[in-house]
Amino acid sequence: MVLRQIEGSRGVAEAVARCRPEVICAYPISPQTHIVEALSAQVKSGALAPCEFVTVESEFAAMSVAIGASATGARAYTATASQGLLYMVEAIYNASGLGLPIVMTVANRAIGAPINIWNDHSDSMSQRDSGWVQLYAETNQEAVDLHVQAFRLAEEVSLPVMVCMDGFVLTHAVERIDVPEQEQVDAFLPAYQPRQLLDPAEPVSIGAMVGPEAFTEVRYLAHARQMQALELIPRVAADFERVFGRSSGGLVRPYRTQDAETVVVALGSVLGTLKDTVDELRDQGHRIGVLGIISFRPFPLADVRAAVGQAARVVVLERALAVGIGGIVTSNVRMALSGNGTRDYTVIAGLGGRAITRASLREMLLAAEADRLEPLTFLDLNRPLVERELARAGERRMSGPAAENMLRDAGPATPWIG
Amino acid sequence: MPVQPIKFYQSGSFVVGNRLLDPDQRSVQADPNRTNSLNSGHRACQGCGEALGARYALDAAMRATNNQLIAVNATGCLEVFSTPYPETSWQIPWLHSLFGNAPAVSTGVAAALKAKGRTDVRVVGQGGDGGTVDIGFACLSGMFERNDDVLYICYDNEAYMNTGVQRSGSTPPAATTMTTQAVGPEPGNRFGQGKNVPLIAMAHEIPYVATATVADLRDLEYKVRRAMEFRGARYLHVFVPCPLGWGTASCDTIRIARLAVHTGLFPVFEAEHGEVVDVTRIPRQVPVAEYLRPQRRYRHLFGASPRPDVVARIQQIADRNIRRFGLLAAEPAPTAQEAP
Repeated sequence: MVLRQIEGSRGVAEAVARCRPEVICAYPISPQTHIVEALSAQVKSGALAPCEFVTVESEFAAMSVAIGASATGARAYTATASQGLLYMVEAIYNASGLGLPIVMTVANRAIGAPINIWNDHSDSMSQRDSGWVQLYAETNQEAVDLHVQAFRLAEEVSLPVMVCMDGFVLTHAVERIDVPEQEQVDAFLPAYQPRQLLDPAEPVSIGAMVGPEAFTEVRYLAHARQMQALELIPRVAADFERVFGRSSGGLVRPYRTQDAETVVVALGSVLGTLKDTVDELRDQGHRIGVLGIISFRPFPLADVRAAVGQAARVVVLERALAVGIGGIVTSNVRMALSGNGTRDYTVIAGLGGRAITRASLREMLLAAEADRLEPLTFLDLNRPLVERELARAGERRMSGPAAENMLRDAGPATPWIG
Repeated sequence: MPVQPIKFYQSGSFVVGNRLLDPDQRSVQADPNRTNSLNSGHRACQGCGEALGARYALDAAMRATNNQLIAVNATGCLEVFSTPYPETSWQIPWLHSLFGNAPAVSTGVAAALKAKGRTDVRVVGQGGDGGTVDIGFACLSGMFERNDDVLYICYDNEAYMNTGVQRSGSTPPAATTMTTQAVGPEPGNRFGQGKNVPLIAMAHEIPYVATATVADLRDLEYKVRRAMEFRGARYLHVFVPCPLGWGTASCDTIRIARLAVHTGLFPVFEAEHGEVVDVTRIPRQVPVAEYLRPQRRYRHLFGASPRPDVVARIQQIADRNIRRFGLLAAEPAPTAQEAP
C-alpha cells in the first residue's frame, strides 16, 4: 500500500488507467478536465497502452465514440459534468439501452441557467432514470476505488456505470489516496468479455427497431439487470476488500444509526461534514445517525429500510432540487420506508456550490429533532433576496432578468462557496 | 474516367452486358458470390435509390476489405427498412445507435479496432442527408477533422423521408416538402439556402471525397473501392432519388439520377486531400426542366400557372455547376487552383 498526497482527479485518472481502458474519449468541461488531462498524458507517453485517446467535438460525440468502441469489444471510458452530461443525454440512454458496459465519471456540478460551475448533484440526478448504475463517492479514496469496482460491475451485468464525485470538493481536493497497484487491479478485474460484439467473423445486427411486441420486455430486462446489480454490488465490494484490504463501495453506509431516533440520509462528500456534526450531537446525547447512499441506481430499498426503519424521522439532505415538488432522493427513501410511519423532511442544500456548514447542519438537525422543520427546507436560503425579486416581479411586467437582479441585490462576492 | 467506359449498350435502355466484360471489369453485383451485405427482403419502397446505393456500396466495400467490414448506421429509412425486429437484412456486423451520432460511433469502432490491432477490419458509417447534413453534422466534421479511419457514406435523397418528407439542409430550391409547401409567392423551398457537404468535406482536407449517383453504379463501386485504398477520413456523397418523397415513378429512379447529372445539378467528382482530381463529364447538357418536370415535388413550376422564372433560376444553378466543376466534355478539367 502506497499512500500519496494527490489531487482527487489525478487519483481517479491513475485508477482508471490501471483498469486498462482501450478507448478513452473526452470533451473538456470543468470540473472533470483534470481527470482526462492526466489520462491523455498516460496514453501519449505510452504508459497506458494499447489505448486510443479520442479528443471529440462534444459530449454527445464522447458518449457516441464510447458506444462504438464498447460494441466493438473495447473497454471504454469517458468523463463529464453538468451541461456536458445533459448534452450527451440521448447517447446516455442509448448506451444503457444497448447494454454497453461503459464507465463514466461525473464530476458533479450544477446545471444552468444561471450558469454555475460549482458542485451540486443536479446533473447526475437528472439521469437517475437513464438505466445507468449510479455510484456516489464520499471521499477521494472511495472515488478511486469505485472506478475499479465500476468496470467489474458494468461488465458483469452488461450495464453502463456512472461514478459520481463532487466537483471541486473532491475532484480538486488534494489528500492522501492509496491508488490501487496494477497487480491488484489485474487480480480484481478480468479482461473485458463482451456479451455482444461487432465481429466480421460472426456478424450480428445491434440496435434494431423494436416494436410493441417486445419493447416492454426489453425494458424489463434493463430493470432486471439493475436488480442483478443490486445483488452484485455488495459482492464486488467484498471482493474488493479481499484484494485491496480496505472497505469501499457497497450499497449504503450507515453511521451511528443504531438506536437513532433521527437519521440523515445523504450522498457524496457532504457525508463527512454530516458525520462530524452527528458526532458532536451524539456527544451531547442526541440520538442521531447518518445513512450514506453509495448506490443510488439501483436504489437499495431494503438496505435503506433496514438502516432507517427504526428511526422516528428521516432527514434527506439533497444537493439537487426537483422543481415543483422538492426532493428527489426523498421520494426514493419514502418508498423504502413505505408503511413505516417514519416522518420525513427534505432539506435542499449546497446548490451551485453553496457551502454546507456544520453550524447550519446542526441547527437544522436540532429543528428536525424537535419536529420544527418545514417538510421542505432550503438550507441557508437568503429569503430577503428572494422576497425582493418576487416583489419586483409583482410590481411590473418588465422586471428584467431575475438572476442578474438578485446578484445585484446580493452585492459583491460572498463567502458562500464551499 | 477511372472505370472502363462501356459502350455496348444492348438496347434502348441503359442495361449493360456484364458478360461481355473481362471478369475484373465486372460489377461486384455480377458476382454470384457477392456478400449481399444488405440482403433481399427488406422493406424499402419500390424503386428506392437509397437501398440500391447502399447495396452496391457495401458489397463493394466488403470486396475491397476482404469481407472485414463493420457498418454503423444513423437512424433513418435505411435503418428502419432494414431491421424491423426480429428481422434484419444485414449480413455484416451492423450497429445502429442514434440519428445524429453515426460518424462518432464509427470513430469509436475504428478506435477500438486500432487499440485491438485489428487494422484489417474497416469501418463504414452511413446515413441519409438528414443524419449527415443536419443533425449529424457536428459529429461528421469532428470525425473529418481528426482524420479518423472511417468511410462515411451519405445517401442523399434531399429531405427527411423517414418522417414523411420534410425539408433538410440538402433540399434543393423550389422543391416542395411537407415543410416547404407549394403555397405563397415563392412556393417550395427557398433559394439561397442549404449546404454542399462534399465541398465542406474537402475543406477539411481529408484524404478522399467523392460524389456518385445510382445512375452510374459501376462508378459508385469504383469510388467505394478507391476510398478503401486510403486510411483516414473519407466521404462519399451518393445521390439517391426517392420515388415517395419526390413524386417520381418507381421505374424512373435511375433515369432521374442520370438527369440530375446530365443537367449539371449534381456534379459527380472525386477529390483527394482537398483537391478535385476527376469529374464525370456530361456528354450533352440537358435543360433542367427535363429533370424537374417528371417530379411531383416541382409540379408547381409547370402546371396551370407555370413559373419559368423559377425554372430559370434553377437553370442558373446547373450552369454555374458546369462552369465551376468543368462538367462539359469539351471543357478542360479544373486545375488545382481553380478547384472549388
